Amino acid sequence: MKNNKTASLFPGKLVRESLIQAFRKLDPRILFRNPILFTVEVSTFVMLLVTLWVAFDRNAGQGSLGYNLTVLVVLFVTLLFANFAEAIAEARGKAQADSLRKTREETPAKLVVNGEVRTVSSCRLKKGDVFECEAGDTVPSDGEIIEGLASIDESAITGESAPVIREAGGDKSSVTGGTKVLSDRIRVKVTAQPGESFLDRMIALVEGASRQKTPNEIALTILLAGFSLVFVIVCVTLKPFADYTGTLINIAALISLFVCLIPTTIGGLLSAIGIAGMDRALRANVITKSGKAVETAGDVDTLLLDKTGTITIGNRKATRFYPAAGTDERDFIHACLLASLSDETPEGRSIVELGRENGLKMRELNTAGSRMIRFSAETKSSGVDLSDGIRIRKGAYDAIRKICADAGGTFPQETEGIIRKISEKGGTPLVVSVNERVAGVIELQDVIKPGIQERFGRLRKMGVKTVMVTGDNPLTAKYIAEKAGVDDFIAEAKPEDKMQYIRREQHQGKLVAMMGDGTNDAPALAQADVGVAMNSGTQAAKEAGNMVDLDNDPTKLIEIVEIGKQLLMTRGTLTTFSIANDVAKYFAIVPALFIFSVPALEALNIMHLHSPQTAILSAVIFNAIIIPLLIPLALRGVKYKPIGASALLRRNLFIYGLGGIIAPFVGIKLIDMLVSLFF
Amino acid sequence: MNSEILGTVLQIALMVGLSYPLGRYIAKVYKGEKNGFDFMAPVERWFYKFCGIDPQEEMGWKKFLIVLLTLNLFWFFWGMVLLVFQGHLPLNPDGNPGQSPDLAFNTCISFMVNCNLQHYSGESGLSYFTQLFVIMLFQFVTAATGMAAFAGMLKGMAGKTTRNLGNFWVYLVKSVTRILMPLSLLVGFILILQGTPMGFDGKMELTTLEGAEQSISQGPTAAVVPIKQLGTNGGGYFGVNSSHPLENPTFLTNIVECWSILILPMAMVFALGFYLKRKKLAYSIFGVMLFAYLAGVVTSTYFEMNGNPEIDRVGIAQQYGSMEGKETRLGSAATALWGMTTTVTSNGSVNGMHDSTMPLSGMMQMLNMQINCWFGGVGVGFMNYYTFIIIAVFISGLMVGRTPEFLGKKVEAREMKIAVIVALLHPFVILVGTALASWLAARNPELAGAWLNNPSFHGLSEMLYEYTSAAANNGSGFEGLADNTPFWNISTGFVLILSRYLPIVGQIAIVGLLASKKYIPESAGTLKTDTATFAFMTFAVIVIIAALAFFPALTLGPIAEYLSF
Repeated sequence: MKNNKTASLFPGKLVRESLIQAFRKLDPRILFRNPILFTVEVSTFVMLLVTLWVAFDRNAGQGSLGYNLTVLVVLFVTLLFANFAEAIAEARGKAQADSLRKTREETPAKLVVNGEVRTVSSCRLKKGDVFECEAGDTVPSDGEIIEGLASIDESAITGESAPVIREAGGDKSSVTGGTKVLSDRIRVKVTAQPGESFLDRMIALVEGASRQKTPNEIALTILLAGFSLVFVIVCVTLKPFADYTGTLINIAALISLFVCLIPTTIGGLLSAIGIAGMDRALRANVITKSGKAVETAGDVDTLLLDKTGTITIGNRKATRFYPAAGTDERDFIHACLLASLSDETPEGRSIVELGRENGLKMRELNTAGSRMIRFSAETKSSGVDLSDGIRIRKGAYDAIRKICADAGGTFPQETEGIIRKISEKGGTPLVVSVNERVAGVIELQDVIKPGIQERFGRLRKMGVKTVMVTGDNPLTAKYIAEKAGVDDFIAEAKPEDKMQYIRREQHQGKLVAMMGDGTNDAPALAQADVGVAMNSGTQAAKEAGNMVDLDNDPTKLIEIVEIGKQLLMTRGTLTTFSIANDVAKYFAIVPALFIFSVPALEALNIMHLHSPQTAILSAVIFNAIIIPLLIPLALRGVKYKPIGASALLRRNLFIYGLGGIIAPFVGIKLIDMLVSLFF
Repeated sequence: MNSEILGTVLQIALMVGLSYPLGRYIAKVYKGEKNGFDFMAPVERWFYKFCGIDPQEEMGWKKFLIVLLTLNLFWFFWGMVLLVFQGHLPLNPDGNPGQSPDLAFNTCISFMVNCNLQHYSGESGLSYFTQLFVIMLFQFVTAATGMAAFAGMLKGMAGKTTRNLGNFWVYLVKSVTRILMPLSLLVGFILILQGTPMGFDGKMELTTLEGAEQSISQGPTAAVVPIKQLGTNGGGYFGVNSSHPLENPTFLTNIVECWSILILPMAMVFALGFYLKRKKLAYSIFGVMLFAYLAGVVTSTYFEMNGNPEIDRVGIAQQYGSMEGKETRLGSAATALWGMTTTVTSNGSVNGMHDSTMPLSGMMQMLNMQINCWFGGVGVGFMNYYTFIIIAVFISGLMVGRTPEFLGKKVEAREMKIAVIVALLHPFVILVGTALASWLAARNPELAGAWLNNPSFHGLSEMLYEYTSAAANNGSGFEGLADNTPFWNISTGFVLILSRYLPIVGQIAIVGLLASKKYIPESAGTLKTDTATFAFMTFAVIVIIAALAFFPALTLGPIAEYLSF
C-alpha cells in the first residue's frame, strides 16, 4: 500500500470500472440516499418528457428540439459526473481491498485438537481454537501466540518488508491473518470470529460497504437538502409570477435554473470526500474502524505522546564523563569502559562509543582473567572484577551510595552536586565506583528527535495541546518537555495516570487522542476519543482503540490529526464554492428567462451572453463540468495550513468563496462563446 | 449639507449613540443586576402574587416555550371576543361596529404576533376601548414576549452547561415595567407637547377655512403611538399611520418616532455583548446590521430625493424629490429613512405610502423584510440573525477543519435541522403565498382588478410585499392592494402565525439544545466568531441564502419596473 502514495489519481483501469459504476448508480433507489442528486434525476426525467413532447409537437412553445435535447443530455451528464466522483473514490478503495483479499484466500490452517494437528480450511476456525504455524506458513486468522516465538513477514498488511519478531506473553504476542511466518514454530489462539478478523474488517472498510454517514456528514446533508428545497420553491413559484406578469418561460429554462442553483457540485462530491478521507488515512498506513474516528481526529484538543520513540530517539546516550575529585580523567574513562564491557544495552554501548571519541579503545584494555558482574535487580549495578583484584561497579546513584556506605566510605559532596546538575538538565547520572570508592559520574542524555520541535509548534498552531508521557522523574521530564516544546508532561507515569489525565481533559470538554501498544494501555485507549493502537501491540490494545497504525510509528498521531482536519476542510470549502457559484448562475439565467417579455432586463445580462438559449446552456454545462474538474481536489483534499483558525478562514474564503463567485462568471462566458457557434 | 440629509444623519447618530447605554441597562435588567428601576420591584412582586407566578422557578426550553405559547393563545381569544363585540362595549363615542369574524381573525392574530398588519382603519374599525385593551395592550405584551424570548436565549448562551433558560414571566414583566413603560412615557410626553391628541372625546366637528364641514377622529392617540414605535409593532392609531398629522404632527415628532423604531432593536445587540461579556461579538454583529441598514438608507434616499424620471420627462420640476405619497412637512429623505427603518425592524409603521416609493426603494423595503434580521423586531431580530449564525458557523467551522461550534457548543445535525427549517420557512411562505395569489389573479382578471390598483410588475410587487410583510411580522403594506377580503385576511393570517411562532420555537429549541451540551473551551484551532471575517461570512450567507432566493421574484417585480422606466 505504501507504494501507492505517488500513484496517479486516475489509473485507466479504475476509470473504466468507475464509468460502469456511474451508470449503475443511476438507479433511483440508490440515488435516493443523496437528496440533491435525486432531485437532479427527477429533473432529468421531466426534461426527458418535455423533449419527447417537443419532438412530437413542434408547436409546443418550449423552444427548439435541439435546445431541449442539449439540456436533457447535459443534465444526464451532470448525474453521471456526480456518480463517477463517488465511484472513482470507491474504486480506489476497492483496488486495495482486492490486493488484500488475495492473501485471505483459502489458507489451510493447522488446527490443534487435543494435542493433535489437523489441517482444516481457515474459514472454519472459530474464536478460541488453537492452530500451529511453521516457517513458510501463512497465518490463517488473527490470534494471540500462546507458545513459541517467530519472525513474521507482515508486508501484506503493512507494506513493510522487514520481518518482525512475535512471541508468546507480553505486548508482542498478536499475529494478524494474512501475514507469513518466516522462521520457527508458534501456537496461536484464534481471537476473531470468522468474517470479523482484522483483514475482513479492513476489506469491508476500504470497499465502502460498512461506510456509514458520520454525524457531521448528516448535518451537512441536511443543510444542502434545505438549500435544494429553497430552490424548488424559488423555481416552482416563478411560473405563476411569470404567468401573472405575462412573461413566457419554457420548462427547460426553469429546470436549468433549478439544477444550476441547487448545490450539485458539493452534492456530487460529498460521498467521494468522505471515502477519500478514509482512503488517505489508509495510505498513511492507518486503519480506521469508522469514518467518524477520522473526523474526530481533526477535532482533537489534547495529544498524549509517549516520550520514548516519539519525542526522543529510542535510547539514552552517554554524553560526558565527570571524574570525581582526585581521580585522573583518563583513569576514570578507562574504568567506565571496563565496567561497560559486559553491558550490551544501547546505553552501555554508547559509553564505549563516547570513550572512543575520547581516544580510548577497547582493544587497549587489559581484560584477561577479569570476571563480569551482570546487572541484577538486587544490586541495581553491574561491573567487572579485574584479574588484579580491582572491583569496578557502575549503577544508579542509590546503588553506588549503598556500596560505598557498606564498605564504610562516604559519598563525596562534590559528586552529589554534579549528579543534581545532570538531573536538572534532564540527564540520567550513572555513578562509577572503583574498589567501593566513587570514581566519577557518566552523564546519559535523551536525544530529542530532530525536527520534533517544529512539529509540536505546528500542532500548537492547530490548537492541539501536546502532553508527554514518561516514566522519568519529574525533573528530567520537565527538562525534556521544555527542550522538545511539549505543553505538558506526565512524569513517573503509570497506566492509571494516563487514564486519569484523559478523564480530566475530557471533563473539561476536550477531545483526547493517544497512542499505545501494551495491554495495560487498553483502558486508556478505549477512554480516549481517538485511540491509535500500534499494529505490533497486543490484541487487547487493538480492540480498544479506534484506529490501528500499521507502521507502529508513534508520530503518526500528528498525521492523523491533519487528515481529519483536511477531511472537514474539503467539505467546507467545496460547500462554500458550490454555494458561491449561485451568484453568477443567477446572473446568467434570470435575465435570460424573462428577456423576451421584458427587453429592459438586458441590463442585468452583465456577462453579455450571446442569447437566452446559449446563456441557459452555458450555465448548465458549467454546472456539469465543474464536478469532474473538482474530483482531484475532493480526492486529494484541501491542504491544511496551521496558521490559526481566523487566518485559515480568511484564506479559504478568499480562494473558495471569492473564487467560487468569479470562476463561474469566467467559465460561463467562455462556454457561451463556444456554444454560440452552434445556437 | 442638505438639511434633509443632515436630518437623516442626525437621526441615525442618535439611534446608534443612545442604543449603547440602553443596551448596557437592558443587560442589567435581564441579568437581575442592580439598576435604576429597582423601585418597580414591589409592583412586580404584587403582580407575580396576583397571578400566582413563582418568580424563582427555573424553566428548561420546553417549559419556557409552553408558557410562551399558552399565554399567546389566551390573548388570541381575548382579542377575538373584544374585537367582534366592540360595538356593544364602552368607550365607543363614534359608534363603530364590531369587526367581521375574518377581519377580527386577521387583526387579532396580526397584533398577537407583533406584526400589526392592518386590513382596517383605526378611525372606523376600532373603538377607544379596543384601541386600548386590544391594540395597545397587545403592543406591550407581544413586544415583551419577543424580548423575553431573547432574554431566555441570552441566559442559555451565557451558561456553560445548563438546562435553565430562566423564568419567562419574570422576563416578560420586567420588559414591560423597566424597559417599555418608561420609554413609552418619555416618547408619549414629547408627542403630547407637539400636539398629538390624548383624550376620550369623540370626533371633533370643524368648519374649515373654505367653509367645509369636517369631522376629525381623535382619542387616546398619544398613549398608543409610543409603544407602537418602540415595540416594533407599527399598527397605526389612524389608518394612514404616522403620515397622519395627529399621529405624527411635526418634524420633531418624526425624529422621535423614527428613533423609537430602531432604538430597542439596536440596543438588544449591545445588550447581548454586555450580557455575554462578549462585546466584540456584539460589535461585529452590530457592524453587519448597521452596514446593511445604511446600504438601504443610501439607496432609498438617493432614489426618493432624485424624483421620478417619468415626471422629469413630462417636464415638471421635482426639487424636493419624489413627493407622491409623501407628507410635505416631513420631506422625501425623512420618508426614505423611515421606510428603511420600519422594514429592517419588524415595525411596519409608515410616514408615507410605500406603494408610491420608487421601484428600487420598494425593493429595498421588501429585501429588508425578506432578510428580516437587520436589527429586526425587538428581541426576535437577533434571534433570526442567530439562525444564520448557526448556518455560517457550520460552513466556516468546516472550512477551518473542525467540527463547527458556537460559543463553546458543538453544532450538530439536530440543531442544523431546526436552523434549516426556520431559514426555509421565510422564503417558503412568502413565495408560495405570492404564487398562489398571482396564480388566482392570472386566471381571473376580474379578481385581479378588484385586488390590485396596478397591473403587471407593480401588481406583482404589491402582492409580494403583502406576504413579505406578513411573513416578516412587519405589517406595513403597499396599500394599492385591497386587502380586506376573506382571501387576504385568512391567508395572511396563517402566514402570520407560522412565521411568528415557528422561528421562536425553533430558535429557543436550538439555544436550549446547545445550552445543555458540554462546554468546550476555546483553543487556537477554534474558529473565532467575533472577528470581521466571520461577520463577513455571516453577511454572505444571509445574502446568498435569504436574499438571492427572492432575486427572480424581485426581478419580475421592482427590478423590471425600474428598468422599464
